[in-house]
Amino acid sequence: MKKQFFLFFLIAVFISSCKKDAPVNLNPAGSVIFKFINMAGDSNLILNNIKTYINAHNDTFSVHTFKYYISNIKLTRNDGTIFSEKESYHLIDAGNSKRTQFTLANVPYGNYTAVSFIIGVDSVRNFSGAQTGDLDPALGMFWMWDTGYIFAELAGSSPQDTAHGLNHFFSYAIIGYSGQYNALKTVRLPFYSDTAKVSPLITPQVNLKADVLEWFKTPTIISFAAVPFTDLPNQTTLNFANNYADMFTLQSIRN
Amino acid sequence: MKKTRTLFFVAVSVLLFSCKKDTTITKFPEEIQFVIPPGWASAHYDFSTNKLTTNGFILGRKLFYETKLSQNNAISCGSCHQQQFAFSNQYHALSAGVNGVLGTRNAPALSNLAWQTNFMWDGGITNLEVMPLAPLTNHFEMNETINNVVNKLQNDATYPYLFNNAFGTTTISSQLLLKALAQFMGMLVSSGSKYDKYEKGETSFSTNEMNGLNLFTQKCATCHTTPLFTNLQFMNFGLDSLFNDPGRAGITGAASDSGTFKVPSLRNVALSSPYMHDGRFATLADVLEHYSTGIVHSSTLSPLLNTIAPLTSMEKQDLILFLNTLTDSTFITDARFKNPN
Ligand code: HEC
Ligand code: HEC
Repeated sequence: MKKQFFLFFLIAVFISSCKKDAPVNLNPAGSVIFKFINMAGDSNLILNNIKTYINAHNDTFSVHTFKYYISNIKLTRNDGTIFSEKESYHLIDAGNSKRTQFTLANVPYGNYTAVSFIIGVDSVRNFSGAQTGDLDPALGMFWMWDTGYIFAELAGSSPQDTAHGLNHFFSYAIIGYSGQYNALKTVRLPFYSDTAKVSPLITPQVNLKADVLEWFKTPTIISFAAVPFTDLPNQTTLNFANNYADMFTLQSIRN
Repeated sequence: MKKTRTLFFVAVSVLLFSCKKDTTITKFPEEIQFVIPPGWASAHYDFSTNKLTTNGFILGRKLFYETKLSQNNAISCGSCHQQQFAFSNQYHALSAGVNGVLGTRNAPALSNLAWQTNFMWDGGITNLEVMPLAPLTNHFEMNETINNVVNKLQNDATYPYLFNNAFGTTTISSQLLLKALAQFMGMLVSSGSKYDKYEKGETSFSTNEMNGLNLFTQKCATCHTTPLFTNLQFMNFGLDSLFNDPGRAGITGAASDSGTFKVPSLRNVALSSPYMHDGRFATLADVLEHYSTGIVHSSTLSPLLNTIAPLTSMEKQDLILFLNTLTDSTFITDARFKNPN
């Protein structure tokens, strides 16, 4: 076994030694960091089954999973030009500190005044075969039953959810990339008086809040008793997507 | 001792070859190529996003027969999809997975997958590349996680090397694993049956086979359309009126899809017994008896089956003789598709 490891190590060393240096980037471009602060109303979201929150239906609940895809990010510069990130798929996982922020690279220098993105994964990537990076099916967000990506997932427990016995576990997997129950939502957030100033010296950090209470509020009030779970593209799932379409707000920009 | 030596040899050859491009070790009689049989439509699977290479195919084949893909290291894709039965299996109506646990559906024969738009009896999977994720992670089948499989292969003595041959990297990812399997599965083309030779004028049919073909064209071909012998649609073939398995409706949620299943290809059908999504019929004669006298009416029954003239025993016999001409002996003996291990 040791021997195998050693050999494997040797092989690995040799192969990596053949790699060429990365090409030098000549374009005048910098980066922007996006950080997601997950909240329940005014409190920071804590993932466990002890800390409880109250939704718009007055149900008490706690959260153990909160994940969502942020895709097809576009930044608008003050001169009206738009920067679109290539291969723009980012999985945010409130339960994994390594997955609450990401960096956009190759952003041309300038002052940016707005961002837009999709919550979920654009329809094409749902049926384009094996993907990698944040779309790797090993991350558990690829749905094998009518294949496609889970756009967002919220799970936890609520005493008002009586469908799941003593555990009161609810789970909402938002899926559906086509037809009348298409649950893809586009978010546009103007920075108003703020600006993200991308320059050789500054890598701005845009802090966005994501509020789980929005899942239950507007336009449709949803209770745990009525909806203990979703896992199909249908009207209930779409109601969640319509509700959470406005869960993001700009908290601050640090230049 | 022997093992260490081979390992050492592999390591040395990797050291020698790792900076070169061409490191094909397995000698193959010919370069692997995907050929569209004359007269067939272009394939649905897009090889341009997964460039087919001999090394990619060799890797895909090894993975298809690799028991490390299952949780107990005992079952491979090839355990349920056996070449001599046109990549189906005859032992279990409902395929047995790890620990002999039975699934709920019958393993279909695999061929001409590159032309299919939907996979599984309910069509729930829409791309050949992600198809293996279903059996890999299915509790009844291989019961493994993608991360575990990738780790097992990464820690194997030869796989990093084979991935490097195929894709130019020793770092194994689920994406490359799936692309390699898709290269193997996409290559499983069956177009060399007696029927195909007859169509090309290379052989003739007996009077009975001829009669069977005519009956088939009249009664079956609307659903089992040539050359794939499926129209790729979902139909209710009149098996039940109460649907234990909702079929396509389990995916779409539409009541009009209750009890409909993907029309299966009938290529190599003589080898792929038992039949139907749940393997309820053991023989082709049973299937024809069902068609002839057993159609169960329900609101989703295909209108084509509303009024069926029962088949005479002569017609049944001729239909079976025709179905036998769909057996492709080159396909089931093709050395390229054999278990290399
Ligand atoms: C335990 C038995 C078993 C194993 C192991 C297994 N399969 Fe299958 N396979 C099945 C069954 C059963 C179905 C049909 C399932 C359904 O329709 O719900 C199927 C369906 C398929 C299909 C779809 C065929 C079609 O026409 O729709 C493909 C492709 C396939 N399997 C490939 C694989 C690959 C690749 C592997 C290995 C990673 C594999 N199978 C492992 C039993 C198995
Ligand atoms: C209305 C469409 C339709 C027609 C017409 C039709 N079939 Fe089918 N056939 C199906 C469907 C759908 C299935 C799968 C049913 C299931 O498993 O629930 C099937 C299954 C089969 C199977 C089993 C294949 C397997 O691998 O399990 C055979 C054999 C078969 N048909 C032969 C025939 C023959 C012969 C005829 C003409 C006499 C015929 N079919 C007419 C739709 C049709």
